Amino acid sequence: MNVLEVENVSAAYRKNTVLRDVSFTIKQGSLTGIVGPNGAGKSTLIKVLLNLHPQLTGKVLFFGSELKNVKRRIGYVPQRVSVDWDFPTDALDVVLMGMYGQIGWLKWPKKIHKEKALKALDIVGMKDFAHRQISELSGGQQQRVFLARALIQEADLYFMDEPLAGVDAATEKAIMHILRELKESGKTVLVVHHDLQTVEDYFDQVLFINRTVVAQGETEKIFTKENIAKTYGGNIRWLKEGVGFVNSPLQ
Amino acid sequence: MSILLSSNFQWVFFSTLILGIASGLIGCLAYFKKQSLMSDALSHAALPGVMIAFLLFQEKSFLMLITGAYISAFIGALFINLIKSTTRIKEDSAMGIVLAVFFGGGIVLLTIVNRSSGGNKAGLDQFIFGQAASMIGSDVLMMTILALLVTVVVIVAFKEWKLFLFDPHFAKGLNLSMTTMNGLYIILLVLTIVIGIQAVGVILMSALLIIPPVSARYWTHSFKRMMILSAIFGGLGGAIGTTISTQGASWPTGPFIVLTLGSIFLVSLLFGNKKGLIVEWILFRNKQNELEQNSSLVREGNS
Repeated sequence: MNVLEVENVSAAYRKNTVLRDVSFTIKQGSLTGIVGPNGAGKSTLIKVLLNLHPQLTGKVLFFGSELKNVKRRIGYVPQRVSVDWDFPTDALDVVLMGMYGQIGWLKWPKKIHKEKALKALDIVGMKDFAHRQISELSGGQQQRVFLARALIQEADLYFMDEPLAGVDAATEKAIMHILRELKESGKTVLVVHHDLQTVEDYFDQVLFINRTVVAQGETEKIFTKENIAKTYGGNIRWLKEGVGFVNSPLQ
Repeated sequence: MSILLSSNFQWVFFSTLILGIASGLIGCLAYFKKQSLMSDALSHAALPGVMIAFLLFQEKSFLMLITGAYISAFIGALFINLIKSTTRIKEDSAMGIVLAVFFGGGIVLLTIVNRSSGGNKAGLDQFIFGQAASMIGSDVLMMTILALLVTVVVIVAFKEWKLFLFDPHFAKGLNLSMTTMNGLYIILLVLTIVIGIQAVGVILMSALLIIPPVSARYWTHSFKRMMILSAIFGGLGGAIGTTISTQGASWPTGPFIVLTLGSIFLVSLLFGNKKGLIVEWILFRNKQNELEQNSSLVREGNS
């Protein structure tokens, strides 16, 4: 079953077209890595799909329906740098924000909601930091708090914008473990990902993006030298067979 | 002492106290929207509205002038948004443009009003520096209604404000209408400003919105407590400033309120128990001593 159908989507920042004719479908229960160079429009794609950035053309269907009818079933983990971590609040409070929809607008959170938020923090290994100021958390810990906030939404489809950016190896492992568990429980997860070397280990589906869809499908079949070269424009140095990393054009 | 018991003093005292509380709360919202300068731009933008309202109706009815101020400040806000969203100009520059042009226009209109005949125009120029001493019962009533409105809106939608200020993108994902929140925020901000300019004037009004939240930030790491503290600081600034200004003949109220707020800020900056300079310094010294002792113990152990 397709949980997400994207057809001919385009988007722009002022005069610059960042996305053109993007079309793809995502099956339920898949864990997809969205891969592409800087400025390829990966984050923009997620923002356009979630209506956080204007969509010029095209059609997007979630669970066969329009976004506004199914917002409750969609979870979003924005880039960590997108908020001001100096905001006066603690980790538990941020996680609670994920439940605001369930609590209901204009109502105050109750004890059960706080207990549930604590449980979500426990899952991401942050229970001991529940009452820590968010400004005092490390980058990896902040990312875990964001993940807990998304988990508590109990969504069916998750969009994560670089959840592994700037986190240490332990946090990366913990986050990937949680994402796999989500997938195994039948949820669908899309992750903007930067590290080509781990794509094969982490994702069963891959979506190459550079202004448009370059290739999409099962990682085993699609994650090839040719597709990587096509996406990154040839600036690749090969480390081992099939896996390369991006060369700076300055070198 | 007798002046403290006069009914005029009590009216002024209560209205500046209540005004301080309301602007302390709204100031917190502006602080986290990173729009401290917005309050300054909008209070200056209110001036031409006051003058046009007077030119049109030729009378100094408080409600008329306030309505003029409201419309004018609101147009200022729209202009700032328009400039920001349709050009490459950044928000701070947009605010600077609107502030200067509207204020300049207001001064030109004030000159025209003063030269024109008819109407009782005395006191109009006091909108620039404020005129708290002339406030009466109806003004206090107005400010009380405003403060109650602001407090109710902030408390009822407390968690919505928090989400809106901390992570607007996520809020939108949860179906919280950003248009509603932004609209409500601007309406409350402009309302607080136009009611406040009568007491402290268009130039100093922004101090009431900017200083209380900044001072409160030095004492707490909780959004709720920061809101409460900011309201208390604003109220204290209004009340103490007004009281001081009655001690001398024709001492101005607005400037004394701002100076009181400035003192509160200075105390917070130095002694605030969360981010205050002295606390930070003591923590630093303690840690330094601790590490020095540890390393000297290690050295003794080695010898």
